[in-house]
Amino acid sequence: MNLLELYNLKKYFATQKAVDDVSFGIQQGDIFGLLGPNGAGKTTLLRMITGIFYPDSGSINFNGKPFNTLKDAEKIGYMPEERGLYKKMKIGEQAIYLARLKGLSTADATEKVKHWFSKLEMQSWWNKKVEDLSKGMSQKLQFVTTVVHDPKLIILDEPFSGLDPVNANLIKEEIFNLAKNGSTIIFSTHRMEQVEEICNHIVLMNKGKKILDGTVNGVKQEFKENIYQLKAAMLPEHLMTDVFEVVKLNNNQLLLKLLHESKPNDVLQYFIQKNIQVESFTEVLPTLNDIFIRQVEGTETARTFQHIN
Amino acid sequence: MSKIGLIIGREYFTRVKKKSFLITTILVPLVIMGFYAIIVAVAMKGNSSDSKQRIGIIDEAGIFSDTAIKNIDTAKYKIVTGETEETFVKKYKDQGLFGFLYIPKFNLNKPDGIVMHSQSSVGLSRTMAIESMVSKAVFLKRLQILGIDPEKYKDIDATVNVQSTIDTKDGSKKSIAGLAYIVSFACGILIYMMMIIYGTQVMRGVTEEKTNRIAEVVVSSVKPFELMMGKIVGIGLVGLTQFAIWIILVGILQSLLPLFMPDMMQQMGGDGATAVKSGIMAQVSEGLSTLPLLKIGFLFIFYFIFGYLTYASLFAAVGSVVSEDQQEAQQLVFPILMPIILGFVIMTRAIDAPDSSMAVFGSLFPLTSPVVMMGRVTYAIPIWQIAVSAILLIGTFLLLTWLTAKIYRTGILMYGKKPSWKEMMKWAFRKQ
Repeated sequence: MNLLELYNLKKYFATQKAVDDVSFGIQQGDIFGLLGPNGAGKTTLLRMITGIFYPDSGSINFNGKPFNTLKDAEKIGYMPEERGLYKKMKIGEQAIYLARLKGLSTADATEKVKHWFSKLEMQSWWNKKVEDLSKGMSQKLQFVTTVVHDPKLIILDEPFSGLDPVNANLIKEEIFNLAKNGSTIIFSTHRMEQVEEICNHIVLMNKGKKILDGTVNGVKQEFKENIYQLKAAMLPEHLMTDVFEVVKLNNNQLLLKLLHESKPNDVLQYFIQKNIQVESFTEVLPTLNDIFIRQVEGTETARTFQHIN
Repeated sequence: MSKIGLIIGREYFTRVKKKSFLITTILVPLVIMGFYAIIVAVAMKGNSSDSKQRIGIIDEAGIFSDTAIKNIDTAKYKIVTGETEETFVKKYKDQGLFGFLYIPKFNLNKPDGIVMHSQSSVGLSRTMAIESMVSKAVFLKRLQILGIDPEKYKDIDATVNVQSTIDTKDGSKKSIAGLAYIVSFACGILIYMMMIIYGTQVMRGVTEEKTNRIAEVVVSSVKPFELMMGKIVGIGLVGLTQFAIWIILVGILQSLLPLFMPDMMQQMGGDGATAVKSGIMAQVSEGLSTLPLLKIGFLFIFYFIFGYLTYASLFAAVGSVVSEDQQEAQQLVFPILMPIILGFVIMTRAIDAPDSSMAVFGSLFPLTSPVVMMGRVTYAIPIWQIAVSAILLIGTFLLLTWLTAKIYRTGILMYGKKPSWKEMMKWAFRKQ
């Protein structure tokens, strides 16, 4: 079942079509990656999903029903790209306050905040102020305040920026745990290696429009270019064939691209005929990074202002 | 609904628990009081040590030497004879005199050329005493020349006191114009200051939430309007708390004042001090009882609350559109401060002329009425004027809050360039 469904969402600003007719659905328990270059409209889209903005047109279904800003806000946890906390407020107090704003009682909020603090080894911070924390520490705190009320939908905008590898892994583990326990996670970033590692479903946006939608593997299959890597004991200098063309030759490693209708077996057959010992043979799928760049390339890197009637 | 309560609670308690709140609320009035006490004490002391040293007088004009005129306090002054200005300059120090007054021969109709010689500067109060003494001497001399007996002149001379009486339904009451003036002025200036001080706090709070990006987190849980109103109400409650503490403090100080100041009171008025003092106290309490205190208190609270709310929403809107740049904030705040300051100016006039058209207009116009109405509060204001003023103020508050909430909603999520007035107007009048 889809936890969240977006239908033809539009949001125009004075000089920008920030989100221009975007539809997609996210399944319960998915770790969903929302990708796109700067200014693609990701933040505007997320703000509509969190109820901060009203869409100009289109509709959002949450949990099978039309999205109700007030009631559903308590089931959503949102961590914006620019972190926000009260600098002068004590950390424990602040976490409880934010949890209560999400509808928890004082007792519940206290218990859950304490639980998360001990889980992430933050107990000693309780009476400190946010201004005493380093960037990475406040990042951790921000994460806790986002997930403390057990939201059904967790929206994380660049959650790892500023975290060292140890803490990044800690947060990553928690994200996997939350997804395993049934939370749905939307993950907005332009760090592709993280997306490949974490997400199972991605949407790529550019200039306010959705240009790609699918599972990580599906997208890679869709964009594969029939490139294979082959390792052999000895490779001749010149490989002349109509089965494949050489992309790159490096000692005993060969990057090749299938030509015409050839199949991988044709390649192997070619080498066997030549009596060359093949050590390994694997398909090389494009990285999300390659796909991303290819899709976005050719469009202006920054959005230009446009006139909207 | 409970969420706006949460926000109010946070805004209120984080401010009240701060050390700076305690300091400004309790220490500032104490420091001001102490400051005044020190000034008074120093002034008294300076006076007494001053007056221990006598002043010589070389009277070439002969206004003191005439036996018919005996108005010199010989404890303070000493008539010096057989000296000129030039010769005595070198001697007065050795004779233990603080200084000397040189009065040359002059035309009695145009007395000038009088010089006070001393080694250190002469205090203001002493200069005034000397001037009044010489003036009196000249005056008596003139009387003498005209052949008028000073005693007779005293009999002719008239000083009248006009007592004002306010006729109310319950009978006549004595009124004390000065006291009404002070009460009006104090109420007006308090509302004026509170609107600016707490309005600015609202603005800063909003800007802080915006630049810290906490606003984005909070408005994903509550409506932007709730966040704005929560902040405004929370800070307003801080203001009311401060008032309450001040009223209690004033009460305590008033009962303590005679305990550590009796000495000073005595010095101030010389022998008649206690009589004068008790007279003033009696007058003050009598005057207070004639003022419609209940009405004043009610109107004060009403105009404080709604004046504050009206302006706070404007300050919140400004806070939401500016970034950390303080200069931007100042530019935008200026148009908001203008009517407050205008109200203050009209208020000072309204105290003198409570029924003038300017005062009436100012107390009806909602952007100035909170302050101006305080200027008229001790007078009988026609009920219809109060009603119209109150309705206009509440209406303005609702309208402005509705408009500014829309500016606020857009502003707190906008970063970068400050929007123009035109853009802000567009936000305010947009449909949703």
